[in-house]
Amino acid sequence: MSETVTHYGISWHRISAMVLRYWYLLMSSWPRLLELIYWPALQIITWGFLQNYIAQNDNFFARAGGTLIGAVILWDILFRGQLGFSISFLEEMWARNLGNLMMSPLKPIEFLISLMIMSLIRLAIGVIPMTLLALFFFDFNFFAIGLPLIAFFCNLIFTSWAIGIFVSGLVLRNGLGAESIVWTLMFGLMPLACVYYPVSVLPDWLQWIAWTLPPTYVFEGMRALLINQTFRSDLMVWSLAINVVLLIASFAIFLALLRSAKRVGSLLGGGE
Amino acid sequence: MVNSDATPAQFSAAGPEGPAAIEVAHLIKLYKTTRAVDDISFRIARGSVTGLLGGNGAGKTTTIATIMGLVLPTSGRVQVLGHAMPEQSAEVLGRMNFESPYVDMPMRLTVRQNLTIFGRLYAVRNLAERIEQLAADLDLKDFLDRANGKLSAGQKTRVALAKALINQPELLLLDEPTASLDPDTADWVRQHLRNYRKTHDATILLASHNMLEVERLCDRVIIMKRGRIEDDDSPGQIMVRYNRTTLEDVFLDVARGRVAEGAP
Repeated sequence: MSETVTHYGISWHRISAMVLRYWYLLMSSWPRLLELIYWPALQIITWGFLQNYIAQNDNFFARAGGTLIGAVILWDILFRGQLGFSISFLEEMWARNLGNLMMSPLKPIEFLISLMIMSLIRLAIGVIPMTLLALFFFDFNFFAIGLPLIAFFCNLIFTSWAIGIFVSGLVLRNGLGAESIVWTLMFGLMPLACVYYPVSVLPDWLQWIAWTLPPTYVFEGMRALLINQTFRSDLMVWSLAINVVLLIASFAIFLALLRSAKRVGSLLGGGE
Repeated sequence: MVNSDATPAQFSAAGPEGPAAIEVAHLIKLYKTTRAVDDISFRIARGSVTGLLGGNGAGKTTTIATIMGLVLPTSGRVQVLGHAMPEQSAEVLGRMNFESPYVDMPMRLTVRQNLTIFGRLYAVRNLAERIEQLAADLDLKDFLDRANGKLSAGQKTRVALAKALINQPELLLLDEPTASLDPDTADWVRQHLRNYRKTHDATILLASHNMLEVERLCDRVIIMKRGRIEDDDSPGQIMVRYNRTTLEDVFLDVARGRVAEGAP
């Protein structure tokens, strides 16, 4: 009776439907678009001027030109990547649309892949203007990093997705009362990921913890590249290996939290 | 009270004959210590319209959500269109659909955009034509390109119904389909559901507080109270049994604990 086509396995048709849903939403709301560009632009301008000021007064920073601005941009890839993922998820909670989706043939993995694609789209809208500002205001060409940039980007975006999947599961299970975790969890990683300083400044016992985080390897790698002009592929391989573990773990946790949400009935409400 | 210890083979005693669209056996749902659904069993034949009646907290929404796979049962078994839920949900979710006041359509998207997205999720063939057909059937044409958030309650209900019908489901689950509608719009929605059932031989299960709606629309009524099935029969038979002329009076009898003559 149903005039439908059955898609078994992962369906790109359904994934593209969800991407289209978020695209329509983004295009229907200029404040959402502006917000994507506003904070990254503010970040780069503030930190760019700070870097200029320090470089005038400190020989190390004059020599290591761009480490602060580079760190700001890479941090924003990590943070905005997770936000791009999580906000698209929150849109469903805010719209009370999750029940419609969970009741449709959309599978959890397809839902998560669509959120990953949206995180890339939202990231591009926010970070590309940021890199252009860095180029024109502070003469820092982020793309001159070259091929290592691909390794940096991939590792950071994988971490952002792993955290995005995990916090989305928490919100799914606990309702919008857990929304603040979406905005704050990544900042908890910031001191340990050594965004603006080398791992060596941490106490020994904290260094062990720092090295369990994939972004730590990326920021160390960026400093090695900008200060010593050396690409540390070993750091990128370690980062990738930990990211694979994190992604698998976060997906398993998401499925467990989804199951728990079905057990306690929180998919029906999704409130506080 | 209806015997809820029936085995699936005995379900036909409580419902119309024919292949089952829904089979529920010994369903129990506990939320911490609250028994939202307390060992209920029923079978719903394909092509029938069944009303799930009961006051607040009777367990109607939990029962429907469990059938949809949105809530996991504590124990018991649910089969939809011949497939176990939620284990085999991938086999049936594309063949069913639902409408509920507990969910909304995205507010900023237009009606057409919303229907396009859900049509794609359900892999509907000739989607543009299907949307035009639904717009004509449900009188959506005037606001097809208006944001969902800018519609009146009646218009939103029609759009939600369009979403529920986008894949021409074999099984339609409706939770309070005419809640907050004026009598004219509510009657219009009921008429459309009747037509849909007739033209598509669809099965409809609806939870409602609106007794008149159930009386007019349903072949069969399952009355729930405190998570259990209190009665299960055709509206006419139930009214005879309770010696009442309206289902509303029956509902009040059940709610206030008055027992029907010859009630099981």
